[in-house]
Amino acid sequence: MDLFRLTAHEAADLLRRRETSSLELTLAALGRISSVDSRVRAFVTVCEEQALQQAKAADERLKNGNTTPLTGVPALIKDNLCTNGVRTTCSSKMLENFVPPYDATVVEKLKAAGMVMLGKTNMDEFAMGSSTEHSAFFPTRNPWDLSRVPGGSSGGSAVGVAADECFYALGSDTGGSIRQPAGFCSVVGLKPTYGRVSRFGLVAFASSLDQIGPLTKDVTDCALVMNAISGHDPRDSTSLPHPVPDYTQSLVRDLKGLRLGVPQEYFVAGMQPGVKDAMDVALARLRELGAEIDWNVSLPHTPYALAVYYIIAPSEASANLARYDGVKYGFSAKEATSMWDGLEKTKQFGFGPEVKRRIMLGTYALSSGYYDAYYLKAQKVRTLIRREFDQAFEKYDALITPTSPAVPFKIGEKTDDPLQMYLSDICTLPMNIAGIPGISIPAGFVDGLPVGLQIIGKPLGEETLMRVAFAYEQSTEWHRRKPPL
Amino acid sequence: MKLSREEVRHLALLVHLGLSDEEVERLREQLSNILENFEILQKVDTTGVEPTAHCIALENVLRDDVPAASLPADRVLANAPDREENYLKVRAVLEQ
Repeated sequence: MDLFRLTAHEAADLLRRRETSSLELTLAALGRISSVDSRVRAFVTVCEEQALQQAKAADERLKNGNTTPLTGVPALIKDNLCTNGVRTTCSSKMLENFVPPYDATVVEKLKAAGMVMLGKTNMDEFAMGSSTEHSAFFPTRNPWDLSRVPGGSSGGSAVGVAADECFYALGSDTGGSIRQPAGFCSVVGLKPTYGRVSRFGLVAFASSLDQIGPLTKDVTDCALVMNAISGHDPRDSTSLPHPVPDYTQSLVRDLKGLRLGVPQEYFVAGMQPGVKDAMDVALARLRELGAEIDWNVSLPHTPYALAVYYIIAPSEASANLARYDGVKYGFSAKEATSMWDGLEKTKQFGFGPEVKRRIMLGTYALSSGYYDAYYLKAQKVRTLIRREFDQAFEKYDALITPTSPAVPFKIGEKTDDPLQMYLSDICTLPMNIAGIPGISIPAGFVDGLPVGLQIIGKPLGEETLMRVAFAYEQSTEWHRRKPPL
Repeated sequence: MKLSREEVRHLALLVHLGLSDEEVERLREQLSNILENFEILQKVDTTGVEPTAHCIALENVLRDDVPAASLPADRVLANAPDREENYLKVRAVLEQ
């Protein structure tokens, strides 16, 4: 048995039984990275030396007791999460050499839990994208088919988990950036309720939509990571004060008494037939597990979610990214004739095309004369979308949709058509707009390419999501399949 | 909604984003196309609907004003492109 194949909880069990050490797990993962990463390219930075030190420290801790379920288990962190002393690039030329002087709260919590950090993962620049092709450095490839994208923007984290280069990873999700790549790579990805996990130290993209969450090999690991990273943080005033449950208590195998709804608007024309078939099979399975399924739920404002999202997210981004002025940190254009010229050139040469597009789109939506028609209108429709979900959750415990309307597309297929790229997030954007949680789990394959099932819950409904996800997962073998690397 | 080159240049000026002529033209086309698709929103009746800025609205988040340790200046300034002692160095703001 190759150690790198283990899930985080399997690795933790071996550690507790003294059948392996954190150092052995770390060396196994580093070995795996050197044998496969040149093909998939999940990493921006590999932290070999630091990881080995952390592993030795974790082994000491394991000897002395005082451990947590994740002590000594090696992990990956998306490169928009600040890591003290380890460069955090956001896959952008703007932050290529930025070394944060502090840890993001989630990183601090995982380090306190005994994480071994193997490295930082590739992403779409500033988390803007759905394919990881917008990385300023290189695209990451889908381990199930190297000619295809892994999804994005947390593509490096999803691939790191799918290709067994780590035991779990963190990503961030502003419009689907954890769930869509999880679906494309056949791993588990959760976007928690807005505010469940502190955003302190996450490089801001769209502050009312961003959330950090886990990408894992199975649902049990998802629960363990959520136990470790959730909770209120005085440094993030939008983090929720509600107590954090033990998510592993939700891992039960039957769904009796649960009412699940299937919103029709997510099964639209343009959906790949194989994805629809996989959904039908999965829904039949959920019914066998005891859930009551209503196929006729309607969320009529769903078709407006794309426009709402691509007005609100770029608007917030245009404000957030104004801080990159070449003065405090980050790239700074040297050849300039004046302060203003320096500022313009810093942004011109520091940002890539998608980031510029979104800054411009957001600036337009916020500019005088268009504010009411675009930004304010989008915020009002946001209210309607949220209200519609609230009403649905009066009747249903969770909603079921595909994670994406299609299987992973070819590298280069959508880079010239931004609107087509935006459409690949159509099933995941509405949850960020409404601030509610969603999880993607493996639900089969179409011609060898993964299909993700998305389970959507009410605010702080993560326990229900994990219950449905776990019961489904345990009744299938999808999560055990490995890509042909 | 068809944008002109001048409008694209004006937007870029608002955020001090430098753009080449080629970028202006490409953005003009792409933004026009995207915005045209977003006109769909005008069909939604939002009479009497309040805007949502944050979904999970926490109001008046307060904490006690207790001094805490902060990072040493050297670490904070370590990423500065240009500095002198504990100051960030910038180009002249006011020109003659």
